[in-house]
Amino acid sequence: MSIVLPGEQVPAQHVNLKLGPGLLQLSSETQQQAKLAPVIATRSGVLNHSANKSKWWVEGNSRRYVPAPQESVIGVIIGRSGEGWRVDIGSAHPASLDGLAFEGATKRNKPSLKVGSLLYARVSLAHKDMEPELECFDAQTHKADGFGELKDGFVLQCSLQMSRLLLDPKHFLLPLLGSRFPLEAAVGMNGKVWVSTKETKHTITIVRCIEAVDPDGGGMDETNVKEFLSKLDI
Amino acid sequence: MRPPSPSIPEKKFLYDALKQSLRLDGRDMLDFRTPTFTFGPELGWVECAMGKTRVIAQLDAKMVKPLPERPFEGIITIHSEISPMASPDYEPGRPSEEEVTLTRMLDKVLRRSDTIDKESLCILAGQRVWQLRLTVHVLADAGNILDCSCLAGIVAFKHFRKPEVEVVGDEVIVHSPSERAPISLAIHHTPFCVTFAFFPDALTRPVVDPSLLEQRLSSGLMSIAMNAQREICVLHKAGGVPTAPEEVLRLINVTSILVKDLDKRVEARLLEDWEGRKVEVR
Repeated sequence: MSIVLPGEQVPAQHVNLKLGPGLLQLSSETQQQAKLAPVIATRSGVLNHSANKSKWWVEGNSRRYVPAPQESVIGVIIGRSGEGWRVDIGSAHPASLDGLAFEGATKRNKPSLKVGSLLYARVSLAHKDMEPELECFDAQTHKADGFGELKDGFVLQCSLQMSRLLLDPKHFLLPLLGSRFPLEAAVGMNGKVWVSTKETKHTITIVRCIEAVDPDGGGMDETNVKEFLSKLDI
Repeated sequence: MRPPSPSIPEKKFLYDALKQSLRLDGRDMLDFRTPTFTFGPELGWVECAMGKTRVIAQLDAKMVKPLPERPFEGIITIHSEISPMASPDYEPGRPSEEEVTLTRMLDKVLRRSDTIDKESLCILAGQRVWQLRLTVHVLADAGNILDCSCLAGIVAFKHFRKPEVEVVGDEVIVHSPSERAPISLAIHHTPFCVTFAFFPDALTRPVVDPSLLEQRLSSGLMSIAMNAQREICVLHKAGGVPTAPEEVLRLINVTSILVKDLDKRVEARLLEDWEGRKVEVR
């Protein structure tokens, strides 16, 4: 395990190199040298790589979201702009969402979204010099596939590491909570988690558990959470 | 960029939960978050944390010439700043509305309520007085920075010790802390600030010590500064929520209980810190 700081060079060399979040390959002048151009970290965190050293990424514990393509995020609509909407996804700049970026949307038939509506969407474009763009359908099938407006429920903010942990199918928290009461959840890579249950106190339980487990907050493990849950009135 | 207001589902959920007297962090409607204090190596440096809200207060003293119209009184200045470090909602530069409210409330609670005996800060009439400078930094805003800042400020005043001075004729001798023990400030009383948030729905009771989301969605706030002797120093109500006089009196009673508890906690923590600082001299 090695820790890198922004600007530090990373020994990532592979014929078929794939760089994940937090890494950047410096551009070089000729095509020949492009394969050997140095890779530097743009974020601080723990450097990870896949078994065959073709995929490299940096895992940090920041709270500020930097959009990356194909990540699913939760955002709030903050305004209209022309044919589409402007969405706050917690990044430095608001993202834009086209009015036609929904399943089956046409010029005449667009979903009705208000300012303040919550949205589960996929980042379709994330270039460092441009505003991020969102889409509400699957890239291959063009089906909604769970994306779209999130009605009712509650959205909570956690650290980016926590949202990655929740997306891990092997993580204990959501299955544990799901065994106690039925719940619906959508986890955005931008540190926003939407939860919905039948009863208010169940939603509050989930919010408190996620905050307790968050490595940037309580950092509780499974046994502590079970004890915590037994103390709550659910 | 101003932060977008909370989304429609968040708003609806919070109002629904409050109607059932449930709060998102599991507190009761009239539960104050327990403050924790961390003291620095210097006297007069304190970090106050209430949940995820964190504030640093630092006090220092220097000798200045008094104002000509008040030759027997020391000078107290309070500086407060909310930087973008506290939350991305704040911008550097032009003071925001929250910052103006915070500065004015700190001024009212700590300076204008005559907490510190200003005449005891006089060294040589018309020539030399102590100037106390309190700096309040908001490190993280998770709601109710006002109460946290006031608490940090008053604890910094109580924690501070000024060096002992001796006046011989027209000459002022300052004794270093190693020579003579520094002396604490003359404090008349210790006001604590308690903030309540009101909600648009008439049936929802006000909550004490609002979290960030509660504060954003509230229709008005009321801050009461009171000391442990049940004397109200400041009552500040922002936002036009109609409130019945009985409700105000009820909240004042709630405040008096909370303030007594806070006072006990602060005194115990200060004593603990002071005991830890004692060095045996042989």
